[in-house]
Amino acid sequence: MGDLLMSAEKLSKHFPVSAGQYGGKTIGHVKAVDGVSFAIEKGKTLALVGESGCGKTTTARMILRLWTPTAGNVTLEGRNIHDLKGADLKWFRSAVQAVFQDPWASLSPRMRVRDIVAEPLVVNQKVDRHEVRERVGATLEQVGMQPWHGDLFPHEFSGGQRQRVALASALITQPRLLVLDEPVSALDVSVQAQVMNLLKDLQSELGTAFLLISHDLATVRYVADQVAVMYMGRVVETGSVDQIFENPQHPYTKGLFASALPDHPRNRRPELEILGEMPSPLDPPSGCQFRTRCPSVMTICEQVPDSIEIEPGHSVACHLYAGKAI
Amino acid sequence: MALPVSPTQGSVSPVLEVSDLRTYLYTRWGTTKAVDGVSFSLDPGETLGIVGESGSGKSMLALSLVRLTPEPAGRIEGGQVILNGRDLLSLPEKQMRAVRGTEISMVLQDPQQSLNPVFSIGNQLGEAIRVHDSDAGKDEVYARSVAALKSVQVPAPERRLRNFPHHMSGGMKQRIVGAMAMAYQPQVLIADEPTTALDVTIQAQYLRLLKDLQQRTGVGIIIITHDFGVIAETCDRVAVMYAGRFVEQASVSDIFDHPKHPYTKALLDSRPKTGAKGERLSSIEGQPPSLADLPDGCRFATRCEYAMDRCSLEYPDLVAIGGHSVACWRSEEVLWETS
Amino acid sequence: MSVGNQPTRGSDDVTRSIEVGHDREGRPVKKRRRFRRRVGHIPWISIGIVLVVLILPALLADLITVHDPLRGTLGDRLAPPFWMEDGSWTYPLGTDKQGRDILTRIIYGARISLTVSGLTILIGAVIGTSLGLLAGYFGGWIDRIVSWLIDTFLSLPHVLLALVIVAAIGPSFVTIVAIIAVTIWASFARQVRGETLSVRESEYVARARVAGAPSARILLRHVLPNIANTLIVLATLQVGVVILEESSLSFIGAGIPRPNPSWGVMVADGRDQILISWWISFFPGLAILLVVLSLNLVGDWLRDFLDPKLRQRGRD
Repeated sequence: MGDLLMSAEKLSKHFPVSAGQYGGKTIGHVKAVDGVSFAIEKGKTLALVGESGCGKTTTARMILRLWTPTAGNVTLEGRNIHDLKGADLKWFRSAVQAVFQDPWASLSPRMRVRDIVAEPLVVNQKVDRHEVRERVGATLEQVGMQPWHGDLFPHEFSGGQRQRVALASALITQPRLLVLDEPVSALDVSVQAQVMNLLKDLQSELGTAFLLISHDLATVRYVADQVAVMYMGRVVETGSVDQIFENPQHPYTKGLFASALPDHPRNRRPELEILGEMPSPLDPPSGCQFRTRCPSVMTICEQVPDSIEIEPGHSVACHLYAGKAI
Repeated sequence: MALPVSPTQGSVSPVLEVSDLRTYLYTRWGTTKAVDGVSFSLDPGETLGIVGESGSGKSMLALSLVRLTPEPAGRIEGGQVILNGRDLLSLPEKQMRAVRGTEISMVLQDPQQSLNPVFSIGNQLGEAIRVHDSDAGKDEVYARSVAALKSVQVPAPERRLRNFPHHMSGGMKQRIVGAMAMAYQPQVLIADEPTTALDVTIQAQYLRLLKDLQQRTGVGIIIITHDFGVIAETCDRVAVMYAGRFVEQASVSDIFDHPKHPYTKALLDSRPKTGAKGERLSSIEGQPPSLADLPDGCRFATRCEYAMDRCSLEYPDLVAIGGHSVACWRSEEVLWETS
Repeated sequence: MSVGNQPTRGSDDVTRSIEVGHDREGRPVKKRRRFRRRVGHIPWISIGIVLVVLILPALLADLITVHDPLRGTLGDRLAPPFWMEDGSWTYPLGTDKQGRDILTRIIYGARISLTVSGLTILIGAVIGTSLGLLAGYFGGWIDRIVSWLIDTFLSLPHVLLALVIVAAIGPSFVTIVAIIAVTIWASFARQVRGETLSVRESEYVARARVAGAPSARILLRHVLPNIANTLIVLATLQVGVVILEESSLSFIGAGIPRPNPSWGVMVADGRDQILISWWISFFPGLAILLVVLSLNLVGDWLRDFLDPKLRQRGRD
C-alpha cells in the first residue's frame, strides 16, 4: 500500500424530483450516488467505470466541490474538503484540478490560451505577472506545446491540442490530484494515443494522482492502477486493474466486459449473453439493483448485498460471494 | 457471424457499385474536397466498413450515396452510384425521393436527434410508411408499424406506438430509428457511426440487431465508423479512408492481420492493446492535411514513417495486391513484419 | 501548412486549424486573407443608410443646415418638395404648417432619436444585463424575483404606462428616456438570463469553478464575454425599437415636448394635412422606416458575423 491521498466515505448525492415544471412538490429522490467509498493513493490512478447514469460523473463533481454531497465526506490529506474555507479552500483549489471530456466546450472561446492556462494560478496564489508568464510558458512546453501558443485563442487549435491546453491549465498549480472526466473519448483514435501517452508521462514525472472517469475499458486498462465499477450509484466491484480485468467477479462487471467490442475479428462473440437495459433511476429495484438484469439472480438478491473482500484488495458486492470472504 | 470468406463473391452481382465519386464543399473558406474519387462495390448481405478519422470525408461520402449532401455548399461533382442498374446521381430528385427509404436507407449517429420529440413513435413511423405508400389505409399503416417494431425486437409494439421519444432509453430509440430505416426492406442500409452515442452494453445489442436484420433480409450494410471495435465485430470488408480517398480496401481479417498501407497500420497500432499495460502507445504524429488545401502527392506522406521523395510528388494509384487494394508507392515492399 | 519549429516534447499536432503564417523566428503572423474572408457579406447599403440618415446628420446638424429647425417663415408655409409645382430647392423636402423646413427638422430629429436611443439602451442594457446575469447565474430567490419583474414589465402596456406617467409628471426628455428604458431593460434581462443559464452549465465555467475563480470573476471573465455577441446584436435591434417607441409616444403627445423636431412629433403634426400636404408626415415616416429596417439588417448581419461557430473551423 502506498500513501493515502484522498478518500471518499459513504458518499451520497440525492437529487429531488419534483412534480410539474415550476418547482412543485418533491415526489421523490434520484439516488445518483448512494454510499460510495474509495481511496486514491499518491501518484496512482483510480478509474471509475460504468454506463452513463451510473453516478461516476456526479461523484467526480463532488470530489471537485462543484456539488455538495447529501451524505458522507471526502478527505484530502486528512482534511474534509467540504468544510474548507478561506486560505484552506485556496490550498484545495491548487491541489485538485480537472480536465473535462469535450475540449471544444471546456475552453472559454473568448479568452486567450495564456489566460486560460494561468487562471488557476492567478486566482489561488499571489504571483507577479512575470512569474505567471514564465510558468504558463513552461507548462505549455510540458504538455508538448510552445509558449507562443499562449497568444492564440482556443478555436485556432485542433481537438488534441485543445485537450493539451486544458491539461496545461490543470497542471499549472502542480496539483496532487487530477480529475480526468472522459479525457480522450471526444478525440480521434490517433490523437487519443498521443494524449494517453502524455498523461502517463506526466504522472511518472510529476507524481500526480488521477481520478479517471471513463466508460472506455481500453483507456482504463491502459491508464489505471485501481478500478471501481459503478452501477446505479453504487460501487459493485473494486480492485486493482489486473484483478478486475483478469478476474472479474460481479455479474455486472462480467457483462460489461463481455459487451466490449472485440479488438480483432477473430474475437467475435457469437454467443454473447446480452444484458438488458438499465432500469429507471426514479424507480430502482430494491435490494441488489442489478438483479433485474442479472443472469444469476437468486431470491436473496432482494436484500442489499454487502461488499465482500474475496482476495486482498478485491471486493465484490454480490450475494454469490457470501461466505467467501478471506 | 462466420469470419469473412465472403460466400457470395463472384457468384452474385453487387447490389451497389460506386465509381469515382467526388463530392466537394464550396464554402467561404474555399473548396473542400471531402470525397475525392472513391470507388467500391457492395454485395447483397455483405457488410462493408468505412473507417477514418474526423475530417476524412467519411460522413460526406455516406450523405453523397443518398444524395443528401448539405445544401447549397455540398455538390456531387462526378462519378456514379449504381443501385439496381440505375445511376442514382442522374435520377431526377422526385425519383430519388422514392428510392430513399425503399431501396437505400440510412440511420444516423444520434437517435436523440433523428426522432422528433413532439410526435409519437406511431406518428413518425406511420409518416415513414406513408411517404412511399400514400394510399395505405389507416389499418394497413398500423399493421405495418407494429410489424416494423417487431422486426427490431421492440417489446409490446402496440404500446410503444403511443409513446413519445422522451419515454424511451437511448437503445430503444436507436431500434426505432432502425425500424424506420428498414420499414421497406431496402437492399442497402447505411449506418453512420451507429453506436458512438451509446453505452457498451447497448452498443453490443444494437450491432447484434443489425446482424439479425441482415440475416433475415439480406440487406447490404455500409458502416461508417472511427472505431475498429465496431469493424472487428460486424464487417466483412473494410475500406480505410484518409483525406477524401480510400487508401486501402481488403477483407476484415486481412486488414487486421496484414495491413498494407502505413496509415492503416499506424491506426491499428495506436489502439491500446489488451494485456500490454504500461507500454507506450504508438501514435501518428501531426494532423491530416486540410481538405481545402491538398498536396499533390500522397496525402499521408508528411506523417508517414516510410515516406520517400516520390511520395510527396505523385499520388499513388490504388493497386490490387494479394486481396488488398492499396494506394501506396511502397505497397509491394515488405515494410513491416506482420503476425 | 507546416509549423517551422517543432515543440520540445510529445508529438505535434499544430497545424491545420491555425490560420497563421510565421516570421523568421517562427512566431505567428496572422494573415490578412483571413480577415477579408470574414467580412464578405457586410450590408453596406444598410450601414450607409444608418450613417446618412441617422448618425451623420445627428453629429453635423449645425453645419449642414441653413434653416432654423424651430422657427419657420410663415410666408413659405406648406411649400411642397422641390420636384413638384411651386416647390423649390430652398426647401428640398417642403415645409410644414409653420413654414419650417422639413429636411432641417429631420436632420435635427436624428439628433433626438440618436440621443434617446443611445441613452435608453445604455440604461436598459446595464440594468437588464446586471439583473439577468445575477438571476441566471445564482438562481434561487434572486432568479424568482427577477423573472417575476421581467414577466411583469414585458406584459405591461407600454404606451398606456407612458400616458399615465406623462399625465402625472408632464412630458420631458428625462421622462421619455426613463419610460423607454423601463420598458426595454426587461428584453435585455430575459435574453441575458437565458444565455447565462446555458453558459453556467458549460464545461469552461465548471473548469473555472474548479480553478477556484470567485463568482464575480466567473461572471465578468467567463460569462459576460461569451454573451457579448448577443448583447451587441440585441442592442442594435433595440435601437429600431426605441426609435419606433419614441415616435409613437411623440405621436400621441406623450413624447418629446414640442417644438423639438422628434420624428414622431413630425409625423403627428402632418396628420390632419395628410391628403393635401402629405410630405409633412411622409418624409419623417420614411426616415423612421429606413433607419429601423437598416438597423434590423445590420443586427442580423452582426449576429452571423459574431457567431463563434463560424470561426471554429478546426472542428470539421
